[in-house]
Parts: sequence; structure tokens; C-alpha cells
Amino acid sequence: MDIKVTVRAERGGTYVVDLNGEIDVYTSPKVKDALGDLIDKGHYNLLINLEKVRYIDSTGLGVLIGGLKRVREHGGSVRLICTNPQIRKIFDITGLVKIFGIYDDEEAAMRALV
Amino acid sequence: MPLPQPSDTTDTVELRIPSKAEWVAVARLAVAAVASRLDFSIEDIEDVKLAVAEACTNCIQHAAGSDQIEIVCERAPGGLTVRVRDNGRGTRPEAIQSRRVEETRVGGLGVFLIRSLMDTVEYDVHPDCGTNLVMTKKVSS
Repeated sequence: MDIKVTVRAERGGTYVVDLNGEIDVYTSPKVKDALGDLIDKGHYNLLINLEKVRYIDSTGLGVLIGGLKRVREHGGSVRLICTNPQIRKIFDITGLVKIFGIYDDEEAAMRALV
Repeated sequence: MPLPQPSDTTDTVELRIPSKAEWVAVARLAVAAVASRLDFSIEDIEDVKLAVAEACTNCIQHAAGSDQIEIVCERAPGGLTVRVRDNGRGTRPEAIQSRRVEETRVGGLGVFLIRSLMDTVEYDVHPDCGTNLVMTKKVSS
């Protein structure tokens, strides 16, 4: 079990973070480091792609919340792409769906960023 | 030849993992396998899996002095009871409080998720022998 993290620059200064795997107490530090590196380099508009994430727990949610708080200090945003109903449910019941913008695909999320 | 049907008595499955992050996945997958032996929906199995993982994560992060986590699953006809117990010096009370959902602070979501996903949740904290969490999930009719 692992998480694969891939970062790519997209238009308008947005960075897309593609995650593939499971995000839990063991793997979330890797995601936290990747987000931290981007923010440290001054990239404050992030799009996190959870389409290939099969599982996320509260430590994973905590990493996303931590990233959001940091980019908001600089006027930035974190948006999520999530179509997995089980993961979407976790965002719904925790109320995080109101805090993050959650989109069905990258194009919709990019449109919302512009 | 027909497959044998699950018995109508209580079956117990026990698992003990080191109190380390890399073993939480083993616990959640094992409990999901037990849950799949009942008439749970896929969504219910995912709920149980996440609740167990959150319970184990709380043991690792908050139970000082704990080196083992014991997970006991009791499969009964009407549902599943899961006990998660550490052998630490007792979890701090604030660690088993659900956070308010509207807060955007990091942490505190684990207990909220457990309470949201399971039907009953009871904590028993002993300063000398750790924290015992008992949670149940009923099979939806």
C-alpha cells in the first residue's frame, strides 16, 4: 500500500497534484511534503486530483485542510477532483465539501479557478 | 454441492498489531474481510473499515506508552461488534472528543468519523490499562 504523488504545472499558475493510491496515517506524510514543497515555492493555487485515490482517512483530510489553510494565507485556493462516491461521502459527512471546491473533472475545476 | 451458510452463532476474530502507522492498513483490511462475511453492503463495509482505521490511528497518535493494538471482531447474526484496545496509559479525554465540523483545524476528525459511520460507539478509558473502544454496526434490513 502506498501513495504515488505527481505534480504538474497547468495554465494560470495552477499546479495539479495527481494522487494515486491510499491516503492514511502511514502515507499522508508523503502528500503533506508534496503540498508543503509547492507552497514553500510560492505556488498557492492547487488542484488536487483524487480520482485515483481508493481510500482516505482523517489524517489525509488533515493534510488537505493544512494545505488549504496555508494557501489561503496567501490568497490562494485548494480545489479537489473527486468522483469516488465513498470518498465524496467522507467530505460530505465531515462538512469539508463546504470548505473545498469539489469537482467531477479537471476541466470543470480549471474553469472555476479562472 | 451448496456452500455452507454462515452460522447463526457469534464468531470471534482477533488480531493484534504493533502500534505503528504501517500496520493500520492490515487491521482495516482484515476487519473489512470479516465484515464481508455478513450481509453488509459495500458502503457499510467501507464504513467499518474506515472506523477501525480511525480507532487504530487514535491509539497510535494519542495512547502514550502503547506498543500493541488489539482488534476483536464479533460477528453476530444482526451485525458486527469491533473492540479496539491499546495498552497505553489511557488516551487524553480531549483526544476522544469529536471536533465541530465547521472548524477547519487539522486533526480531531477521527472520532467524529467513527461516531458518524458506526451505529454505537463507547469509549472506556483506564489510566492504567489503556483505552477500550467498542463499536457496532448493524446489518441494514
